[in-house]
Amino acid sequence: MNEAWRYFLLFFGASVVANILLIRFIALCPFFGVSTSLETSLGMSISVIFVMTMATSVSWIAWNYVLKPLGVGEFLYIPSFILIIASLVQFVEMVIKKTSPPLYRAMGIYLPLITTNCAVLAAATESVKPGFFTKLNIAYHYGFPEALVYTIGVAVGFSLVLILFAAMRERLEMAPIPKFFRGVPIAFITAALFSLAFMGFAGMFNL
Amino acid sequence: MDWTLVWKAIVSLAGFGILLGAILAVASRRFHVETDPRVAEILEALPGSNCGACGLPGCEAAAEAVAKGEAPVNVCRAGGPDVTVAVGRIMGLEVEVGVAQVAHIHCRGGKSLSPPRAFYQGVNSCRAAHLLGGGKACPFGCLGLQDCADVCPVSAIAFDEEGIRRVNVRKCTGCGLCADVCPRDLIQMVPVTAKVFVRCKSRYTGKKATSVCRVACIGCRRCEKACPADAIRVDDGFASIDYDKCTNCGDCAAVCPTDSIQVWVERSGHPEGGEFVVPEKKRRPRREEGGREKPGAREEAPPQEDGEPS
Repeated sequence: MNEAWRYFLLFFGASVVANILLIRFIALCPFFGVSTSLETSLGMSISVIFVMTMATSVSWIAWNYVLKPLGVGEFLYIPSFILIIASLVQFVEMVIKKTSPPLYRAMGIYLPLITTNCAVLAAATESVKPGFFTKLNIAYHYGFPEALVYTIGVAVGFSLVLILFAAMRERLEMAPIPKFFRGVPIAFITAALFSLAFMGFAGMFNL
Repeated sequence: MDWTLVWKAIVSLAGFGILLGAILAVASRRFHVETDPRVAEILEALPGSNCGACGLPGCEAAAEAVAKGEAPVNVCRAGGPDVTVAVGRIMGLEVEVGVAQVAHIHCRGGKSLSPPRAFYQGVNSCRAAHLLGGGKACPFGCLGLQDCADVCPVSAIAFDEEGIRRVNVRKCTGCGLCADVCPRDLIQMVPVTAKVFVRCKSRYTGKKATSVCRVACIGCRRCEKACPADAIRVDDGFASIDYDKCTNCGDCAAVCPTDSIQVWVERSGHPEGGEFVVPEKKRRPRREEGGREKPGAREEAPPQEDGEPS
């Protein structure tokens, strides 16, 4: 298996086959909270891709150069990653506010939201401990490029589903739905059907 | 117990904390952005519902625009005079306020008064239904679907007992979003002091109007003649009131033959803050079955009607 193909499979597996929202059910609160309009879901998606990539890069460095050599990673990775990601998002927010006000206006309101987003923590954790959330028991450690590709895959998968779902919810608003199902209930049902559709990708290949 | 591991854990986590804290402290200095302190104050004074009625994306943008002087202090239509005064005080301006406004829907022809001529099952939106003519007999009346209630940022628009839309004046902030969205142009922003309403905008006149709705304005001009303040005009088939001149006397409602003009009476116990009533008729009782006027009843007509040259 050549390198490029392997990276593609890693990306595809992270984004579609093991989709973070529909297959692993992580980060469901932004999935339902921000998916009411296409515009906000687009803003959220771009912010998530950006923050997830940065968070994983920094967490990977912290894991491989601090936590793992000291032998404390196995029980300290969650507090340290939360600390790192929260500070990072704060830092990025400040930098963007100073350097690019238009970008801040587009992404600003989503950045604090992402600080506490479990998908970001999940991606960071998974890229240093692969298979942690899927319980696959893969004894494999990602190198930096692999971790990066994996994270971008997760973030793109998140964005893809969020945007598709937001588009669908905009249509649902207009549809003649029975009164009891209006709003969130029908969204849950739709998400379940969506998830079933994505199950079709399961077992496409093993990595 | 392995104490070195405990020390390592404490040192590494504390190290992270101190390092990141230091970076953030430096960054907050380095990347500090000077903001106008008035922006925060104005934002505090604004309602914060981000309704967008001012044409700016949300209250924060409005606050910034006011602080920069790009928007007037009365930018917030939804907040009404209180907010205008508060914002004016922050900006150091004395503000003279006009009367707050509320939305009013000019239709009262519900299910029983204007029966449906078709069963509309399309997209649940007045704007869509209007393109097809809607299911209602009256082509000018309220379709009673979602649009105005959807855009209302304070959920002030509900159904009335007849299945058409009704504004809850207690909740309405006067932002005017519903008036912009109504495809039949039925919603008008009126001063809160207004008490008399022409609750119809049917361009049909006479029998044609009453054939589609029992409470339609037939354009008879009796109200025009009855008005002592010259505030009501019949134009394009329906009456409309100029609230700058209206004195809320209710004379027009008292002569209206189809009861399309009604008077709003405040009731403290009522969930919507009041209700529409038809005042006691000054003339003959309502015409029965389209019969001709009885000559005897005409003597009870108000003096305004007689004094008017015809």
